[in-house]
Amino acid sequence: MIKQHYQSIVIQTVCSLLIPFIQLFALYVIIHGHYGPGGGFQGGVLLAVSIILQRLYLGSKISYRKFSPKMALAFGAIGMLIFGFAGVVPLAFGGAFLDYENLPIFWVHGAELRALGILIVEIGIGLAVFGTLVLIFDSLVGERW
Amino acid sequence: MSSLSILIVASLLLFCFISVLVGIWRLRWAYAVALAGMALALVAAGTGFYRVLADGELRYFLGGWPPPFGIEYVLDHLSAFMVVIIVFIGLIAVIYPPEAGLYHTPRRGISAYGLVLLLIAGLVGVVVTGDLFNLFVFLEIYSLASYALITMGGDKAVVASFRYLILGTIAGSFYLLGVGFIYFSTGTLNMADAARLLTPLYGSPTIMAAVALIVVGMGIKMALFPLHVWLPDAHSYAPPVVAAILAAIQIEVAAYVIVRMMLTIFQPQYFIDIMPITTIIGWVAAAGIIFGSVMAIAQKDFKRMLAYSTVAQVAYIGLGIGLANQLGMIGALLHILNHAFMKSCLFLVAGGIRYQTGLHKISQFAGLGRKMPLMMSAFTVAALSMVGIPPTAGFFSKWYLVLGGIEANNWVFVAVILASSLLTAVYFFRMIEKLFATPSGGDPAVEQAREPSARILTPIIILAIGIIVLGLINALIVSYVLQPVVALLP
Repeated sequence: MIKQHYQSIVIQTVCSLLIPFIQLFALYVIIHGHYGPGGGFQGGVLLAVSIILQRLYLGSKISYRKFSPKMALAFGAIGMLIFGFAGVVPLAFGGAFLDYENLPIFWVHGAELRALGILIVEIGIGLAVFGTLVLIFDSLVGERW
Repeated sequence: MSSLSILIVASLLLFCFISVLVGIWRLRWAYAVALAGMALALVAAGTGFYRVLADGELRYFLGGWPPPFGIEYVLDHLSAFMVVIIVFIGLIAVIYPPEAGLYHTPRRGISAYGLVLLLIAGLVGVVVTGDLFNLFVFLEIYSLASYALITMGGDKAVVASFRYLILGTIAGSFYLLGVGFIYFSTGTLNMADAARLLTPLYGSPTIMAAVALIVVGMGIKMALFPLHVWLPDAHSYAPPVVAAILAAIQIEVAAYVIVRMMLTIFQPQYFIDIMPITTIIGWVAAAGIIFGSVMAIAQKDFKRMLAYSTVAQVAYIGLGIGLANQLGMIGALLHILNHAFMKSCLFLVAGGIRYQTGLHKISQFAGLGRKMPLMMSAFTVAALSMVGIPPTAGFFSKWYLVLGGIEANNWVFVAVILASSLLTAVYFFRMIEKLFATPSGGDPAVEQAREPSARILTPIIILAIGIIVLGLINALIVSYVLQPVVALLP
C-alpha cells in the first residue's frame, strides 16, 4: 500500500530516525524556553521542520495522510487561542490582561504561577508557529488540498 | 481601571481564531462565529464610548505594568469615537452575506472571516493603544490582513495587492524609523510620556526627521494625493466587503494616527509653526480633492469611480487637518465618521448590483433604478450625502470645513471645497440619471434584475438610514464628542 516517494533506503532510514529526535528536541526547546535560550518560536520552527522533512521524503500524498494541511491550520488557530485565553482568563479572575498571577491554577502561587503562565503562552506560540510554517510550506508547494 | 479597551481587541482576536477553527469543520458556522465576535466587540465599544462620555478617559495597563514600562491602552474621546465607527462598520460588513461580498474566496472561504476579524482587530488596536511601538504592531497586523483580503478579488487584484504590499511596507518602515528616532531621543515609547519628554526637544533635527517620516508614512497609508497610486487598483479589484472596510475605515485610521501625533504626542503648535506640516498637508489635500474628483468623473467602472472618489474624500480629511483650527479639525473628524457610512454603503451597493446582475460598468446600469427601487434609494441617499446636500450627513462635515476655511482666511480652500462638491455632483448625478431616468436598452441582465434578498438589503438600508440620522444629530456629536478633542487647537 505505502509506496515510498524516494526509494533510497539511506534517505528513508535517516529521516525516519531523525524526525522523532527533532520533535523531542523541539518540545525541549519549548518547555525550557523561559529558563534558558529557546522558546515558543524556536521550538515551533523545529516542530514544523520535522513535518516538512516528512513532506520532503514521503511526498505529499502519504505525508498529507499522516499530517494534513487542515490539521496545520487547526494547530495554528489552537495555538493562538491558547495565547489569547492565557491573556483573557486572568481578566475574569480580577487581574489585568496577561497578568498570569491571576490564572485560576490554585495550587501554585506568586512567581511560580507567573513562570507557569509564561510556559502556557510559550506552548501556544509554539503550536501557532508550527502550524503557520507548515501551512506556508504547503502553500508555497502549491498542492491542492 | 477599566478593562473595556482590552476586551474590544481581545474579543476580536479570539473570535478571529475561533472562526478559523470552526471554519475547518463547518464553513457556515465560521460566519456566525465572526458575527458573534463583532457583536461582542460592538457592545464593549459602545459601553466604552458611554463610559468615556460620562467619566472621561479610561486607561488600561497590560499585564498590570504601569507605563512607561508597560504597554498602556487609552480610550479617550477621540479613540472611543473611532473605535465605535470601526466596530460598527465592521459589523455591517460581516452581516453582508459572503456570496455577494466576498466572491472568489480561495479554498471555499476557509480563512476569509478570520482575516476580516483580524483586519478589524488591527484597526481597533491602532486606535486604542497608547504606545508608539504597539501602534506599529497593530499597523502591520491590519496591513497584512488587508493584503491577503484584497487578493480574493481575482487575478488583477493579486497584482494590485502586491503593489499595495510594497508601498504599505515602505509606509510601515517609515513609521517605524520615525518611532525609532523618537525613542533614541526620549528613551520612551509611551505616548503620554513621550509628549512630556519631547517638549524641550522641539528644536532637535532628529525629532523633525522623525515627524517627517511618520507623516509621509501615514500619508501613504491614508492615500493622500501624490501618494495615492496604490489605492484605485487595490480598492476597485478587492471584493465589495473588503473594499467597503478598506475605504471606509482603514484609510481613516491612518488619518487618525496623524491627528493623534498632532494633538497628543506633539503640541499642535509644533505641526503648525515649528514645522509647516499642516500647511503642506492642506495644500496637497486641496490638489488631491480636485484630482480625485476629476479622475472619478473619467471612470467607466462603478467601483473604480468609488475608489477615485475615496482619494478625493480622504483629501477632505487632510484639508481639515491642514486648516489647523478647531472648526477645520471638527470637519475632518466628522468627515471620518460620515465618509465611513457613505463609502461603505456605496461599495455594498456595488457588490449587490454585481451579485444580482453581473454588471459593473456605469453605462450598463440604465433602467436599474426601477428594477431595484429599495437598493437604489439607499444608493441615492449615499450619493446625495457625498455631494453634500442637507439633511444628509455629508453636508455638515463640508459645512464645518468651509467654516474652518473662512476662519483661517484661506479662500482658496473654500473655493476648492465648493468646486469639488460640483464635481462630485457631476459623477453621482450622471449615475442617478442613468439609474432612474434613462430607459433600459433591452439588456437582458437589466430586464431580469430583481431587488436583492433581505440579507443583502438590510446592511445597505441600515447605512442609508444612518447617513440621515447622523446628519440630524451632528450637533450632538460635535458638542459632546468632538469639541473636547479639538480644545487644544487655536
